[in-house]
Amino acid sequence: MDASVILFYVISVLLVLSSLMVVFLRNVIHCALALVAALFLIAILFVMLHAPMMGVLQVLVYAGAIMVLFLFVIMFLNPTAPEPRRKLWWGFGSLAALLLAASLAALLSNGEAPADPVAATETFGSPETLAKSLFTDFVLPFEITSVLLLVAIIGAVVLAKREP
Amino acid sequence: MVPLEYYLILSAVIFAIGVIGVLVRRNLIVVLMSIELMLNAVNLTFIAFSRYLGSMQGQVIVFFVMAVAAAEAVIGLAIVISVFRHRRSLDPQEMQLLKW
Amino acid sequence: MVATTQAVATVDLLRWMPLIPLLASLINMFFGARLGRKTAGGLACAAVLASFAIALYVFWLLPATGMFRDTVYTWIESGSFQVKLSFQVDALTAVMLLVVTGIGFLIHIYSLGYMGHDEGMVRFFVYLNLFIFFMLLLVMGDNLLVLFIGWEGVGLCSYLLIGFWYHDHANTIAGNKAFIVNRIGDFGFVLGILLLITELGRQGIWTLNFMELQQHVNLLSPEKITLITLLLFVGAAGKSAQIPLFVWLPDAMAGPTPVSALIHAATMVTAGAYMTARLHFLFVLAPETLSLIATIGAATAFFAATVALTQTDIKRVLAYSTVSQLGYMFVAIGIGAFSAAIFHLFTHAFFKACLFLGSGSVIHALDGEQDMRKMGGLKAYLPTTYWTYVIATLAIAGAPFTAGFFSKDSIIWQAYSSPLGSTELWFIGWVTAGLTAFYMFRQLFLVFHGECRADEHVKAHIHESPAVMTVPLVVLAAGSIFAGWLGAPEYLWGSLWDQWLQPIFGGVHEAAHGSLTDEINLTLLTLAIGGLGFLFAYFAYGRASKLPDRLASLAGGGPYRLLLHKYYIDELYDVLIVRPFTYCSRWLAQVFDPGVIDGLVNGVAKAARGFSLIWREVQTGNVQHYLAGFLAATLALLAYFLKQQ
Repeated sequence: MDASVILFYVISVLLVLSSLMVVFLRNVIHCALALVAALFLIAILFVMLHAPMMGVLQVLVYAGAIMVLFLFVIMFLNPTAPEPRRKLWWGFGSLAALLLAASLAALLSNGEAPADPVAATETFGSPETLAKSLFTDFVLPFEITSVLLLVAIIGAVVLAKREP
Repeated sequence: MVPLEYYLILSAVIFAIGVIGVLVRRNLIVVLMSIELMLNAVNLTFIAFSRYLGSMQGQVIVFFVMAVAAAEAVIGLAIVISVFRHRRSLDPQEMQLLKW
Repeated sequence: MVATTQAVATVDLLRWMPLIPLLASLINMFFGARLGRKTAGGLACAAVLASFAIALYVFWLLPATGMFRDTVYTWIESGSFQVKLSFQVDALTAVMLLVVTGIGFLIHIYSLGYMGHDEGMVRFFVYLNLFIFFMLLLVMGDNLLVLFIGWEGVGLCSYLLIGFWYHDHANTIAGNKAFIVNRIGDFGFVLGILLLITELGRQGIWTLNFMELQQHVNLLSPEKITLITLLLFVGAAGKSAQIPLFVWLPDAMAGPTPVSALIHAATMVTAGAYMTARLHFLFVLAPETLSLIATIGAATAFFAATVALTQTDIKRVLAYSTVSQLGYMFVAIGIGAFSAAIFHLFTHAFFKACLFLGSGSVIHALDGEQDMRKMGGLKAYLPTTYWTYVIATLAIAGAPFTAGFFSKDSIIWQAYSSPLGSTELWFIGWVTAGLTAFYMFRQLFLVFHGECRADEHVKAHIHESPAVMTVPLVVLAAGSIFAGWLGAPEYLWGSLWDQWLQPIFGGVHEAAHGSLTDEINLTLLTLAIGGLGFLFAYFAYGRASKLPDRLASLAGGGPYRLLLHKYYIDELYDVLIVRPFTYCSRWLAQVFDPGVIDGLVNGVAKAARGFSLIWREVQTGNVQHYLAGFLAATLALLAYFLKQQ
């Protein structure tokens, strides 16, 4: 038993638990906090998979910025009405998702991918390598993404501002 | 080494949990959060494949997915605010104007 | 046998015969109001005169065995089936042309006077010229289809002219009746034409041209020929008012008298006889049809004559008389004596037109009175009318050396002697001749002799008709005598007529039984019964007598009423045919059409709407429901892919 394998099991159990908490808890703030935990755990998995840059970005952007934004909005809106729950609908949804997970798992585990990873190079997943890809092969999507973010900012301002 | 399938099955499970949230929860913000969960599951898949196939392309895609997810979360929340101002409610089942 | 006509020359003049009246009709239709009544009438008469002149010229040019043809253009071309709008003139057509245009011209002149004060006079001449156009198309067509166009066209003009004074509803009903009954006949006619085309087509020949039909007629089987000729005869029976389709002709008297003279005596009603004569090569191959034609002709002749005995309207008597004489023509056709049939058509045109125009003169003089019980003694007031009427009556009764004598006698003799004839046919023809003499002289005496029974204010205004009306009467009366001299029997001076038509019909049948003595004896017998009829009429009507009343009340008055009401045939048709038919039509229009047909169409729409009402419930507006659907589909796809593994 490898240390990495044990680590993997622990992280995955925690990840599944926190995801379930996101979906099943009643209080919105609790859900948000559970989501932060989940994102953080995913970042750890990223690092385990030799993608340190992405792991850092995950924490910075996702857990740091996006979740903060979520929390801001929750507190801004301050919804107090409790959410109604119907057992039938919940049962159906859970069952469907179970089926989905089962079939996806069955499909994905047919063993065509290589069992052992390719030997990792020193620079695999480092910022330099990522940046090299971004600014050479993927420079066009990169630029377009910046425009996209600009549009998102303007759109958010327009949509959310108070009517004069 | 952890086999690739383990990561993939984990992603699938996270994805399915996200699906429950989107389908069943009656709070728009939680729905958006579940969508983020689904996106992250996909990101995990990409990174796993990137590692096991030795290609940087997976990580680059995840980069872009994150950027787009950020933009989408921003707009989504702006819409939620706008809707809440009009309807005083965050229940997607109360927003049924586009019906027959 | 039938001689094939050899010399066929192309004569472009032929097309002008129908075209000129058509043009005159159109000009009068569009500009008649501006031209004024006199000019319009003059134009119409001039047009028919032009056609008559061309007809005379063509007749003079035509060699006995020849045929003239004028092809205007190819109308239908479908594979090997070709129909050309093409005119042909052979000996038979030449005769018909002269009758139509000649007598048509005289009647046009007459109409100038008769319709002179009618405010619809221009419209009258439009229709009359149109009629001449269609009738010429009928007789000059070189194939069945052009004939049929003319056939339908004259039916149309007949309808228009019968209902000419349309403000009186009864006239329009009569017009409708004529057209509808004709249509029933036309239905059979069209079926016959279609059967002819398809049957010949089965043998590889696709044509309706008369010459080509005659060449290939032996390709058809006898049963088919019998069926075709039966159907064609249905058409002829409709147009020529034979049993059972004669009911329209008496009602057609609602039209102006020149119309009755031209259309319902001289020309249109003879179209049926012409058509069968034209297709004689087909009919001679169907002996059953011929015997049926003869039987129906004889029955029609007899029954119509019996009805004419009791009628009181001056035109009705003449109408039934026409039906009766048409019956004679069909008897002749039925025994294969086509030449005699056309001869009777020819002479009948003269004396019947003369009689009708004469009656028109009487009606005109009496300010519209048509009831013979209110006439009488007009001999003094209307001399020219009287004497022409006498001559025409003598002709129709078969007085010696008048036209009717020769033509009717020819038919009666051949009914006895021809191989297809029989003693029964002769007997009916003979008795009918006696009846004819009786009712015609009855009419003469009632109208012109004795005391004038007209109302006082009418009596004051009785006047002879103007020259424009009396001159045609005189011409027609002359024809009633001399036209018949063309067809004398062999023991007199022989028949120029039969010679003229010989290339078409072949010679007259050799008498199967009966010799020259028999012929002379039968002629004398016919004269005898005619004389008997005359005497009877004289004693009953020529002098003041109780005889008519005693006859009418014979056997309780039943037979008299039966004849007076024309055997109640109209009532019978009404109950058997018209009423069920209108009931069905009404049911279809008010129940079936709105309920079933509309219901079906609306039902489709309702079903579509119903479905959409159900289906649209899928769109709940709830995003999570939509996502659930997504998920379900995704699961299905995944299951499919799993199966594939």
